[in-house]
Parts: sequence; C-alpha cells; structure tokens
Amino acid sequence: MTDPTATVAALPADPFRRSLWPRLAAVALAVYVVYACAQLEVSWERVQTGLDNAAKFFSRLFPPNFHRRDLLVKGLSESLEIAVLASTLGILLALPIGLCAARNLMPLWVTWPARLVIVLSRSFHPVIVAILFVKAVGFGALAGALALTVASIGFIGKLFTEAIEEISLKQVEAIRATGAPFASVLAFGVLPQVFSRFIGFATYQLDSNLRNSTMVGIVGAGGIGGTLFAAFQRFDYDFVCAILISIITLIMIGEVLATAVRAIFIENATLPDLLRPGAAMRRVRHAEDD
Amino acid sequence: MLTLKNLSKSYVAGTPVLQDVSLEISARGITAIIGASGTGKSTLIRCINRLVEPSSGQILFEGADLARLSGRALRHARRHIGMVFQEYNLVERLTVMENLLSGRLGYVPAWRAWRRKFPPEDIHRAFELLDVVGLAGFANQRADALSGGQRQRVGIARAVMQEPTLLLADEPTSSLDPKTSVEIMELLANIAHSRKIPVLVNMHDVELARRFADRIVGMAEGRVVFDGPPAQLTDEMLTTIYGGQGWLH
Repeated sequence: MTDPTATVAALPADPFRRSLWPRLAAVALAVYVVYACAQLEVSWERVQTGLDNAAKFFSRLFPPNFHRRDLLVKGLSESLEIAVLASTLGILLALPIGLCAARNLMPLWVTWPARLVIVLSRSFHPVIVAILFVKAVGFGALAGALALTVASIGFIGKLFTEAIEEISLKQVEAIRATGAPFASVLAFGVLPQVFSRFIGFATYQLDSNLRNSTMVGIVGAGGIGGTLFAAFQRFDYDFVCAILISIITLIMIGEVLATAVRAIFIENATLPDLLRPGAAMRRVRHAEDD
Repeated sequence: MLTLKNLSKSYVAGTPVLQDVSLEISARGITAIIGASGTGKSTLIRCINRLVEPSSGQILFEGADLARLSGRALRHARRHIGMVFQEYNLVERLTVMENLLSGRLGYVPAWRAWRRKFPPEDIHRAFELLDVVGLAGFANQRADALSGGQRQRVGIARAVMQEPTLLLADEPTSSLDPKTSVEIMELLANIAHSRKIPVLVNMHDVELARRFADRIVGMAEGRVVFDGPPAQLTDEMLTTIYGGQGWLH
C-alpha cells in the first residue's frame, strides 16, 4: 500500500493555519473562572440561600403601590429633563470636538487635544462623574445633567470621529478641487457622508442618557434615582416596584421614539432632507424599486 | 494659457514619477495625454490643480505660478480649473442639483453654503447645464441612484458650473463602457469648443484619443516622448510610448 500523502508531498497537509495560542488562552480562561468562583466563595449552598431570599423579596414587591404619584411624576420628569438637557448639550459639544479629532481632516496639533478631551470624558463611569459633580456644584439635577453631558461628549465624540475617519476622501477631494473654503468642504463633502450615522449615535445616546438619568439620583445628582434609593432603604418595596415599572415605561417610550427618528433619517437622509422629510421618504421608495 | 516648466514629482525620494515635464497648453480643444499605466499621467493632471504637490518646477496659469500658491490664493486659482474624475467623485448622498451647485462653492461664502443659499443665477445655470448634459429632470435624484455614464455627466456639469478657463479630466472614460465613453468624450469636445477653453484629458484608449483629441501628448516613464497632432501618432511612436509591439494589430 502506498502512502497517499506521498503523491501530494508538494502540497501542505493542512490548508488551515492552526495556532496554539488561542487554545491555550481558552484553557487559561476556564481555569480562571473556576479559580474566581473559589475565591468569591460562590458555592451551591450560597446560591440556594440567595434564591430563597430573592423569592421573599419579589413577593414583597407586589402589588406595586402607586399612591405617591406626585413624588413619582416629579422624579421622572426631572430624569427626563436631565436626559434631554445632557443629550442636547453633549451632542452640540461633541460635534466640534469629534471633528477636530478626525485625523484625516485635521493636523496633529488639533487632533491631539481633541482626542485627550474624548479619552478623559470616557475614562469614568457616569456615576463616578456624577459624584464628582455633586461634590463640585452641589446636590441636584445640575450635577446629573453635567455628568451625563460629559458621558455624551465622550461617546458621540469618539463615534463621530470614527465615522469621519471612514469617509471617502475622493468626494472630499472633488469639493476641494472646486476651490471651496474648508467650511464649505465640510458642509458638502464631509457632513453628507456621516449625517445618517450621526443621527444613529444621537438617538442611541438619548436612549442611554434616559437610562442613566434614572440612576444618577442614587448619588444625589437629581432624578427618580434618589426616590428609588430612599424607597429601598425604607423597605417600601411596593413603591420600589411602582418606580421600576414607571422607569421601564419611560425607557420603552424613549426607545419607540428613537426607533422612529432612526427610521426617518438613517440610510436615506442628507442634510437638506431634514427639512423635507416627505422627499426623503419618496426617495427611499424609489431606491427600493431599483 | 497654461505653461508647465520643468515639472517634477517624486512620491518617494529618488524614484521620480514626473521628470522635467514642460508643456504649453494654449490651444482650445482637447489635448489628450496618453501613456501606459503608472507613467505619471494622473500625477501630472493632479499637480496642475495641486491635489498633488509637485516636487519642483513651475505651473504658470493666468499670471501666477500655481506651484507657489497656498491658502486663499490657491483656492481662488482652483475656481477657474474644473476637474472631472475617473470615479466621478460625486458626493453620493447629495442630489444631482446639490452636486452641480457644489461647483459654485468657491464663489459662495461658507455661511451661505451651509444654509444652501445659492444665487438664483447659479441655480438657473445648473438647470440649463443639466439640459446640456442630457439629465433634465434628474435634479432631485440622489447621485448614488445614477448609472456610471449619468454620474460622469453630473461630474462634468459640476466642473462646468465653475465657469472654468481650463478643464482637467483624469481618465474620465476608464470606468465606462465603449459607447458611453464615446458619448462622454463628445460631451467634453462640445464643451471645449462651445466654451472655447482648453480641455486636458488623461486616457489610455489610443483610438478614443485619436478620434477626439486636437493634440496628443505621449508620456513614458514620467517624461513627454511625443507631442503633436493625432495624424503624426505613428505605430513607431506608439511603441516608444507604450513599449513592445505585440499589442498593435
């Protein structure tokens, strides 16, 4: 019997490149998970007592108690205000910063400071930033709004920069060749290419700020979070349940609105289409016909 | 009108793409630059409006040396030089009308451009030009919904919107089928003659160059090796430009 590999000796036996390292990494991860469980003393008994406790807690949540409606509405509307204010301010500040950070349009001495601002804005979780602002400007909604503004600058700034760095420079080159000043190159060559993605980031950030605005209250930065925290500490679990249901409703309404905005703008929007939504919709239909 | 003196360009030091190119483009009509891929045709065209920085030499145009200009002076010089690109380079997400009007951005202040406020005469001329290039009724179509030939017509119309005194075209037909290529060249020839401006076209299709050009410049290895009317472009000359001869006939 002849060795079949002998006839194809010139070809490599295995067409795939197999590497030892990913497999070693997988084994190392599995070992670490077991080690972490041991360290944290997570045992089956511990899980069981936890589950018993959880069952008692959940039974005390229901039925939800909506009697303190004024407190609920005040907290929720403050959260909404914090979210809208922080999103608006954050987006307005993130646009120029994100643009300055784009390495394909700006010189190094502009991108560096802008990138530094974005990195600093992203370094801390909004709750930590909220604590800083509570210490700086005092308790209340202002601290929460400022904290979420910083978070928005970090998130939108980074994504906007990346979107600009991915644009087609051919389109920009053509506008430059007409003798257009830089600001007009931005308006006609750059923004149309990133506008729809920007709408996506902005709605996502509003969504995220709405979520976070219900949380910053826990550290005293305004919104429904403070009410929620107080209710937890007083073991008013039926009121806690009412607050949680209200937050879920608020988030879902925000989600629906964000989806609607995205559906209108993404994939077919250009800057002037904003002013003529009807024209944009007709164009989508036309594009679908093709 | 346009004079190039000893123009050289090397992207990497020591390997020049353009070597001492001197040319005078004064005649109206089409001047075709032909040559094999990688001989610096594109670089030559792009040096003229400074999309590529020349390494040395002069580009004399309307009394100024374009190679020395920067900032506002360069932008003002670019307004008079229209450019047509191989891949059209339209702003895909803008409408045909917005793409045409972007040819006026050198003349319209930026704050007006941001608000899409163009002078009525510009808009009027844009509609007229759409008619000229055979795209009447396409004003509100988005550029990414057009075919290649239609896109190139928009590209040409955008360049003509600048009211250029010189039109550059970098391989305008290389991405198009033969029939559309002829139509695009006819359009460029019409513009050259009706507007009485020189049109400088890069191309690698020798037959197309012979058919439409009033003058042909042959390039090889970054140098001009032929300069004359199409009738003088003999087979011997073509072998000098492109090398080899198996591809002829």
